[in-house]
This record gives sequence, structure tokens and C-alpha cells, in this order.
Amino acid sequence: MSSLAAAPVAHAHHDERPFVRKYIFSTDHKIIGIQFLFLSLFFLFLGGILAMQIRWQQGFPGQPMPGGGILPETMAPGGLLLPEYYIQLVTMHGTFMVFFAIMPLLVGVYANFLIPLKIGAHDMAFPRVNMASFWAAFLAGLVMFASLFVPEGAARAGWTMYAPLSARPDLSGAGLGQQLWCVSIVLLGLSSILGSLNYITTVINNRAPGMTWFRLPLSVWALFVTAILGLLALPVLSGAAIMLLFDQTIGTHFFDAPAGGQVLLWQHLFWFFGHPEVYILILPAMGMVSDLIANGSRKPIFGYHSMVFAIIAIGFLSWLVWGHHMFMSGMNPTLGSLFMVTTLVIAVPSAIKTFNWLGTMWRGDLHFHVPMLNAVAFVAMFVIGGLSGVFMAATPVDMPIHDTYFIVAHIHYVLFGGSLFALFGAITFWFPKMFGRVMSERWGKIHFWPTFVFFNLVFFPMHTLGMGGHMRRIYDPTVYEFLKPYQPMNRFISLAAFALFATQFIFLANFVWSLFRGKKAEQNPWRDNGLEWSLPSPAPHGNWERVPTVYRGPYEFSHPQAVEDCLPQYVKLPGDPEPAGAKGAAG
Amino acid sequence: MTHATATANAMRPPFPTERGVEAYNTKLGMWVFLASEVMFFTGLIGSYIVLRFGAPGEWARPGIVLNIPVTAFNTFLLICSSVSMVKAYAAIADGNQKMLKVWFLLTILGGAMFVGVQIYEYLHLVHSGFVPSGVREGSELAERVANGTLPAATMGLYGSTFYTMTGFHGFHVTCGVVSMTYLFFRKVLPGKYTQQDYRGVEVVGLYWHFVDLVWIILFTIVYLI
Repeated sequence: MSSLAAAPVAHAHHDERPFVRKYIFSTDHKIIGIQFLFLSLFFLFLGGILAMQIRWQQGFPGQPMPGGGILPETMAPGGLLLPEYYIQLVTMHGTFMVFFAIMPLLVGVYANFLIPLKIGAHDMAFPRVNMASFWAAFLAGLVMFASLFVPEGAARAGWTMYAPLSARPDLSGAGLGQQLWCVSIVLLGLSSILGSLNYITTVINNRAPGMTWFRLPLSVWALFVTAILGLLALPVLSGAAIMLLFDQTIGTHFFDAPAGGQVLLWQHLFWFFGHPEVYILILPAMGMVSDLIANGSRKPIFGYHSMVFAIIAIGFLSWLVWGHHMFMSGMNPTLGSLFMVTTLVIAVPSAIKTFNWLGTMWRGDLHFHVPMLNAVAFVAMFVIGGLSGVFMAATPVDMPIHDTYFIVAHIHYVLFGGSLFALFGAITFWFPKMFGRVMSERWGKIHFWPTFVFFNLVFFPMHTLGMGGHMRRIYDPTVYEFLKPYQPMNRFISLAAFALFATQFIFLANFVWSLFRGKKAEQNPWRDNGLEWSLPSPAPHGNWERVPTVYRGPYEFSHPQAVEDCLPQYVKLPGDPEPAGAKGAAG
Repeated sequence: MTHATATANAMRPPFPTERGVEAYNTKLGMWVFLASEVMFFTGLIGSYIVLRFGAPGEWARPGIVLNIPVTAFNTFLLICSSVSMVKAYAAIADGNQKMLKVWFLLTILGGAMFVGVQIYEYLHLVHSGFVPSGVREGSELAERVANGTLPAATMGLYGSTFYTMTGFHGFHVTCGVVSMTYLFFRKVLPGKYTQQDYRGVEVVGLYWHFVDLVWIILFTIVYLI
């Protein structure tokens, strides 16, 4: 690797801190990222287990679930899932997956791990605040996890916690579970705010010399805009959750209609947070996929500037669309039309991004390594999820498919087909820099193909179910005459879902095996251009001895002047001007 | 150095700035944090506006439940503590350690007194029968509801919004007082702030002025209209 000869020097000295400070109460952004990784993978697995029980009930209602005997009588007597347990399952599946799996996987793991490494900083702007952010998230996860085990069970009002069901224990039948949900969400909001203010400050103030705004990798751009969304959206949810908690505990009447409260207020507050939230769940995936596709195509990203402005446009528009979740709430049709238009407009920057990914791959030197495969799957699945999103943005189409499995199909196409495929790619791609070993390429592919196939077998038929009127969150579809013809399809979906879940054990095995036995990673195994690849694998504490200087954008693949087909940002070619601040820019 | 030159110099911060914007990390971080605080209070105040103007009936007229003169005094107190915070900042910008200590301590006292008056106000209100869920049965205010001075239909919302908004503001003031007390003993008294570096005073000052500003809005919309 001759081009790496000029690589900046990494921190050479050995990290002498004791184990607890190094790995548990660590302020190192990379360790915090790894902590988030294990925390969120645990909740991803837990959410998957809940999903399997949901699928059992949908596919085989009235039959005892295999292994269901271990559940207590209050949940599943004799393995038969009770309706009040089923509603907890759908509630907690959504809550875990959105708040404790995808969100921390994207933001907690990759904002923490990538931002300082990719912009050339020694650590976050506020390392101790960063540590507090992880431990607040950990505490939130613990409270949410504990709520599964309280006497009346976990929260029962769906992950969106619509009032009045959520606000009144006499209606939901779950007092403590509902309260723990609120407490956990407030803690998670605190964690997100502390994280976001750190990411924003770091990106604005701590970039290496020469790392101008338009030399930032798109992953950093996306994480930056995501941090702004999180910073401004989460406090609204925290406020709403506090009001909900007060309604449940000290007898306030915010969402209590008989006393003058407004149940729709909850929906407005929740979706005012909730729609920026769905972009928090997809923008980082889009950013990282841009990095992976440029790498896999060995070409500069197509339309870098339009990608940046598309990210900013999506971030801005995400504040103006929340009403499209509420078309059926009796909203004034004129207002509904306005929300419809803003929602349709948001498809434009999303389409710009999609075409730019295609343009990047077009006539590239395609290398289908595991991250690239997952990134391409992301693009394909995101297009399906995005287009079904355009369906429900249109009020006349949304009316009949509202609250059906069509919505469930859409959310899973964007969150599983989108975010999670991007994450499988990102985990594989940055695994060497995190742990110093490479994940198995062969087992990565063995995991990818069945996941891709089973994913589509599970979620594509749900569109059909939804158009047939199959309501989401119903306990037993066979009690409805008009849904009886769909039961074979429901059963098929369940079987495919079990296969999809089983396939994830391949990933788990590959992850754990590679952690201890994987091939030792070289410094730049993917021949990528980012600053993080100027460090040894795994990246040392404190990152660089002296921060690197940046001479170009992050996507200079197949550059005619480069020795290899990559030209890292930190390599100085003859004739590259020295950026301002590089001289004497000691750490 | 005169105060005027010190202020002019403050425009060009004496502390080393990072690449990026002309603000050091903690100052930028505090501004970013305050943006999220704005959203938090916007959620609460926005809900109050929606609930009040969509309420099933008339809202209680100002001055019947709440004691406006006491809270007006409290508002004055908080504004004074904002002024003393500015004076503390100006003192250390001039390099005056002694006056920094005086003004910083006065700011802490002002904040603490505000919280104290608010606790007194809460105790008084609860005693008269005004609670988060509305009006307590058999209390002094319940009689007023019965004789029509107070509207029965909206007292529940009145209690809910009043205690939530002022309570969270009081919580923020308390956090400010605690962190300023910490800074006072760790940094101000030992003389760690100098004319060259007084970042902590500036950053906590930003937070303090924000809390003051929120109170001016809350006092207007909750007590006066």
C-alpha cells in the first residue's frame, strides 16, 4: 500500500487506564459506540423474539405456541397467547425496534464511532456528556425491559401510545407498565439530546484542517442533519411523555376528554416528534449507504452536492409532514391537502438520492462485497418502501389503507429493508476498525441472500393483506368473515418470518465468531478513502497523535493520479495546496 | 481596562477558538442545548395554548386563583438575578475577581429566592385547594367554583397546565442554582476565572438568561392573560 506511506501517525502509546474506565465508564467515542452496538443488538434480538410471537398468533390463532409453556399464566396459559398479552407484544415490538434497536444502532453506534474518526478529531467535543448519553440510554433500556416483568405487564397502547387508552389505566388495564414506558422514553429523550448536542458541536467545531463542509463524507452529513432532527424532535416527545405520565399518576387532564383535555393533542405532539423520527431512522442509513456504494463501485459518488442538499431538504421537510399520520382523525380536509402536498414533495429529494446511487453504480467497477450487497439491497427495498409511502401520502388512498397491514408493510420496507440492510452493511464495513478483525465474507453472503429473499416473502404479501382490509394489531384475523380468505397468506407470512428470524442466527454466529476468531484486519481492508482508514485496526484510544490534514473529498476512487484505485483524503499529491490551519495544527 | 474596551474585546473572544465557528465548544454546545430546551418548552406552552383555546368553557379570570403581586415580585427577582449575572460577566471581563464573586453570589441568591417563593406559592395554592387535577373537594376554591366565581369545566385543565409549566420552569431554575453553586465553590471562589478565560461564567450565563426569558413568557401567559 504505497499510497498509505504518508498516512498520519496514530496514537502509539499503550492505553493504561484500568478496565472499568476503559471499557465500562469510558469516555472514548469508539468504546461508547461499541457499547451502543451491543445494547442495541440485544434489543434487536429481543424485538425479533416478540415479532415471532406476533407472527405465531397471526398465522396460527388458537393453537398453543411451541415453547409458549414457559410464559406465565397471565401471558399465555398453556401456550395460548392471551389478547392482553398480544397487545403488549405489538406495543413492545414497535417500541424496542424503533427506540432501542434501529435508532441507537444508527445514531448511537455510528454517530459516535464515525463522526470523530471521519472528520479527524481526537474525540467528541464533550466526552463526558457522551458517556452520560450512553448511560441514560442504558437506563432507559433497563426500565423498558423491566416493564415486561411487572404484574400487569408492559404498556398496551401500541408504540404510538395513543390517548386515551394510554392515559387511563382503567382503560388499558396496565398501570405500572404504561408509567414505565413514559419514564423510559423521557430518559431516552435525554440520552438523544445529550448525544445530538455533542455530534452537532463536534461536526461544526472539531473538523481537521482541510475538512471543509463539502469534503465531509455523506455519512457525516447525514448524521449531522439527523442530530439536528433528534435535538429538536426528542424534547417534544419528552414533554408529551411527561404530560402522559402526569395524566396517569397525579391526575392531570391533558389527554382526558371528559375534563376538557384533548386526545388529539397527543397525536399532534407524538407525530410532530414522530415524523422527524422516521427520518432519524433512515437518513444515517442513506448516508452510510452512499459511502458503501461509492466504495463498492470504485467511483466517486454521483452528484455529491445534490446528495448534501437532498439530505438538508429531507431534514427540513420532515418538520412539515406530521399530519399525514392523522388524515383519519377528522382533520380539516384543506389542512389534509397541505400535508399531502408536503409529503409528496419529500419524495423529490429522496428520488434525487436514489438516482444518484444508481448513477454511482452505473458503469462502475462493481465489487459485490458484503457491505455493497447490503447497500444495493437497501436501495432496492427503500424504493419499494418509499413508493408505498407515496401511496399513503395521498389522502384518498390513505383513507382505506389507514391502520392496515399496508402500513405495516411500508414501515418494514423502510425500517428493515432500508435501515437494517444498511446496518448489516455498515456493521460489516466498519467491523475491522472497531474490533481489528474482518467479518467472514462467505458467511456474510450466506446470511445476506436468505435474509433478502425471506424479507420480501414476509413483507411483500402484507401489502395485499392491507389492501384486503386486514387491520393492524388485531388479535385473531379468523374471527372476521372477510379476512378468512387471507388466512393462508397470513400463515405463509408467518412461516417466512420464522425462516427470516432463523437466518439472523447466521449473522449472530458470524459476528461472535469474527469477534474472536476472524481474520486480523489490515489497516485499510476495503481500500476506502475516509480518514478512519489512516489508523491501525482497531483504532487506538485518542485516535491520532496529530490530527491528519485533508486534501480532497471523500470519494476519489479510480483517480488517474493515484497509485491504486483509491485516493484517501489524507494523502497529499504534488500540487495539492496546504489548507489553512494545517501548519502547526497540533492536536 | 475600562469596561467599554473589555466589552469590545469580548467581541473577539480572548480564548482559543476551534476551527469552525467563532465560538468555543462549550458555548456552541450550550446554544445547541438551548435550542432543544426551546423545543421542550414550546411543546408545553403549545399544549397549553391548544388546551386553553379549545377548552369546553371559559378560563378562570386572572387573579382569582393565583396571587399576582407575589409572583410579580418573584419575576422582578429573577430579572434582577439576570442583571447580576451580566454584572458578574462584566466584572470578570474587566478582570475584577472581587466583584465577580459578589455578583455571582447575588445571582445564586436571586435564583434560590425565586425557587423559595415558588415553593411558598405552591404550598399556599395547594392549601387553598388548587391541585394539578383541578380543585380539591371541600376546599376554599371549591366554594368559589360552587358560587360561580370560578368555571367548573376548565379548572382541571387550569391545574394541569399551571403546575406542569411552572413546575418544569422551577426545575430548570433549580438546576441552574445547583450548577452555579457548584461553579461558585469550584471555580469562582478559588479565583480560577481570569480575564483571559471566563468561559464558565459566560456559558452558565447563557443558560440563566434563557431560563429568565422563559419565565417572562410564562408569567405573561399563565398569570396575566
